[in-house]
Amino acid sequence: MAQPFAAGVRVMSDWEVVIGLEIHAQLATKSKIFSGSATAYGAPPNTQASLVDLAYPGVLPVLNAEAVRMAVKFGLSIGAEVARRSVFARKNYFYPDLPKGYQISQYELPVVKKGKLAVMLDDGAVKTIGITRAHLEEDAGKSLHEGLAHASGIDLNRAGTPLLEIVSEPDMRSAKEAVAYMKKVHTLVRYLEICDGNMQEGSFRCDANVSVRPRGREKFGTRAEIKNLNSFRFVEKAINYEVGRQIELLESGGTVVQETRLYDSDKDETRSMRSKEEANDYRYFPDPDLLPVQIDESFIDEVRATLPELPDEKAARFARDLGLSTYDAGVLSASRELGAYFEEVAALVGAKTGSGAAHAKLAANWVMGELSSALNRDNIEITASRVTPAKLSGLLARIVDQTISGKIAKEVFEAMWSEGKSADAIIEAKGLKQITDAGAIEGVIDAVIAANPKQLAEYRSGKDNVFRFFVGQVMKATEGKANPAQLNELLKLKLGGGARDA
Amino acid sequence: MLHTLSIGELGRSLNSGQISSVELTRVFLARIERLNPALNALITLTAERALNAAAEADRRRAAGEQGALLGIPLIHKDIFCTDGVRTSCGSRMLDNFVAPYDATVVTRLKAAGAVMLGKANMDEFAMGSSNETSFYGPVKNPWDTTKVPGGSSGGSAAAAAARLAAFTTGTDTGGSIRQPAALTGVTGVKPTYGRVSRYGMIAFASSLDQAGVFARSAADAAIVLKAMAGFDPRDSTSVDVPVPDYPATLGEPLKGLKIGLLREFFDGLEARNTALIHDALKIYRGLGAETVEVSLPHLPLSVPTYYVVAPAECSSNLSRFDGVRFGYRCENPVDLLDLYKRSRGEGFGAEVKRRIMTGTYVLSAGYFDAYYLKAQKVRRLITDDFRAAFQQVHLLIGPTTPTPAFAIGAKIDDPVTMYLNDIYTIGANLAGLPGLSLPCGFVEGLPMGLQLIGPHFSEAKLLNAAHLFQQATDWHSRSPRGYE
Repeated sequence: MAQPFAAGVRVMSDWEVVIGLEIHAQLATKSKIFSGSATAYGAPPNTQASLVDLAYPGVLPVLNAEAVRMAVKFGLSIGAEVARRSVFARKNYFYPDLPKGYQISQYELPVVKKGKLAVMLDDGAVKTIGITRAHLEEDAGKSLHEGLAHASGIDLNRAGTPLLEIVSEPDMRSAKEAVAYMKKVHTLVRYLEICDGNMQEGSFRCDANVSVRPRGREKFGTRAEIKNLNSFRFVEKAINYEVGRQIELLESGGTVVQETRLYDSDKDETRSMRSKEEANDYRYFPDPDLLPVQIDESFIDEVRATLPELPDEKAARFARDLGLSTYDAGVLSASRELGAYFEEVAALVGAKTGSGAAHAKLAANWVMGELSSALNRDNIEITASRVTPAKLSGLLARIVDQTISGKIAKEVFEAMWSEGKSADAIIEAKGLKQITDAGAIEGVIDAVIAANPKQLAEYRSGKDNVFRFFVGQVMKATEGKANPAQLNELLKLKLGGGARDA
Repeated sequence: MLHTLSIGELGRSLNSGQISSVELTRVFLARIERLNPALNALITLTAERALNAAAEADRRRAAGEQGALLGIPLIHKDIFCTDGVRTSCGSRMLDNFVAPYDATVVTRLKAAGAVMLGKANMDEFAMGSSNETSFYGPVKNPWDTTKVPGGSSGGSAAAAAARLAAFTTGTDTGGSIRQPAALTGVTGVKPTYGRVSRYGMIAFASSLDQAGVFARSAADAAIVLKAMAGFDPRDSTSVDVPVPDYPATLGEPLKGLKIGLLREFFDGLEARNTALIHDALKIYRGLGAETVEVSLPHLPLSVPTYYVVAPAECSSNLSRFDGVRFGYRCENPVDLLDLYKRSRGEGFGAEVKRRIMTGTYVLSAGYFDAYYLKAQKVRRLITDDFRAAFQQVHLLIGPTTPTPAFAIGAKIDDPVTMYLNDIYTIGANLAGLPGLSLPCGFVEGLPMGLQLIGPHFSEAKLLNAAHLFQQATDWHSRSPRGYE
């Protein structure tokens, strides 16, 4: 497998890339993990910071049970063992956006143990990525440096927001695999409704551990950790840059040092932040203010009962029951909302045309095609689409019953998208109803043949492709409304007396 | 002579209308004004608030309320956050800190109608055994003002002994209630870990800290503890166990009670002190109790264990004092590191720094296993020793301290000798057990304490045992000269 790096300077055939991700998913709880403050994004600075968040003398943390429930939900969805006993520890370091001088996190005993996730790669192959653990922790606040002269501002609204840190095994072998895995986790946490997945707001971000080793060697190379990547594109670019950097370094006789690096998206490069030697000694120890989290079987069963159909299950069902290809099923199950939209359209088309699941593929094509591009173009969420499943299914039913052709349907769709009316109303208003009256089509064919004796002669002398000229002329004359199948059949009869098979 | 009355007697006088809470409050405020300058037991006096609270208590009583603490004056250790009142924790770091909320202990006692007169002096961040580490200067022992009152709740103990309030609150991490209670001749109760909420109590060592009470008798302490104790959803380590009616269970006969004499507590104890404990045992046997000797083989490891665990936790707990959001901030910091270093360097005193450094060290990579982890294992062994002992006996008994109050300045430059003062009290903290110190006699004119330790949530039993002792003796009703 040869693949260019971002810099385009090298080919990785001699080197194998090893990547592990630590994904931070902000849990969608209403209040913080250890205080009652709201977690909503975008409030004015320090308006969502209670005395607990500000680490006032004497205050104590109280664990938000909802965060634990969400972590368990995640654990169950990746087939992991949920720890019956997990422990919060303190990670000690000084920073102004860390009010207590320590972060409460889980260290030796995380709530979610080993699990795994199947990831579909670009070529359609499925790869299983191991998940080492997932643990609960609190987020820090933010330091603000802009617009302040000789000072830094501290916003503690985010301090104490619950995070689930999902640590993968070093199982990924390219930036694309890493992105595919991260997207899968993104899909999963949104399915589970435990994270809003909003990457611009930092609700879903990751650190990437990247190393390279000569192909065939078992021992891992020295890794660098790239911190705080908050878009899929940055993950891919940062890893590719880092891989190129490490290979270049090794090939020129240097060594990779273990360190933390930051990705600069403006310059598309990673920069050293601190080396292992400069790293903090976090002095982890169990937080004496919090009891160990005890989780019993009944709680796990209770959470299990709330699990939705998971992406892989949905995709399998789409393929099995609706006859979709693996690829289409994968795309349509990538988000809960997209899957729900598609299913509704498919069901309504079946109901309107009495055809069951026979036209699910048609629904899939339209949802993935016209609808998705329109949503992307106008940057609209599928749940806010003006063309609702009911409306789209109304359009597709007119294709199925041959009222309009697929080509006309695209025109109708555009009108529906911009005007918000139903397909029938647009077909009616614009007179787009397909002509299926054989007599009417024949009349137009006769006129076209009469007006084009030269082309007729060419066709009859053996130029088969002139047939398409006649189709085009008839369509033009009928403004595209002639039923294509009928037109084909009738035209053949008229032109060649059935002599040819066009 | 209102200040000599017990809480029960004061309550009856208030109920009968003989006195008002405002009058009572004035009596204690006057005593504070007259007597405190020699003692330095208070950091902050809140006279005006006190008189307002007393007037409110009088109104509540007039409206028919009859709580046992309604209108009774107290002094809080300055470790408890008090809304709108400076809460210094005995430190320069918090000299300017006005707490924006009440600790749960404060809330509960306020709700019971108790009237806060002020905030008691204490060792800085509760780290000390003599009250000499306070930013506000040492507290003097009312029995002899050249002597320390013990610590860290030295101000609370001295105030209780000098009758500057009907009772005072304290906290006990390694003996900080029992040791000063012993050295000042009052009754001090350190409840079971989790019995009283730690919310709003500035943390020293979270797994050891527990709030309690100083009073002139076990009967008074029972009334106060009943009001303080109970589950608090804001403290995850507080325990949801019903609070017994402590005053109601006082007086139950001790017949059949088995008291264990802690062998390890008598190794090397001076003969005079040993004699006092044996006198006390005679009284208990006279009350129908049986005394047997028991051994806790790991107990001698208490002090080194404690001086790993407590500093480890404090090194982390005190990280929040960074000069950023509240408390002391150095002048003109040049950058962040300078802000941290100088704010903490100038804001904390020597003993606090010593413990932060010790704690940071024992948690460091490479030392964690040898110190912190090992200490946790020993802590478990000590806890198991106590559990085994309580299979044989109902209560354990021994001295509270090795010696009576020592001279101010005698040990402050020798931390290890100072730390050994807590040798008898630390075990109960490590095991989370309730302990109580009550006066049991005098050595060279200075009071000595008898310590009772019970199983978890056995406060009622401890208070009753102390109460019956106090019914049979009068050590607890002695007052230091000049404070009668």
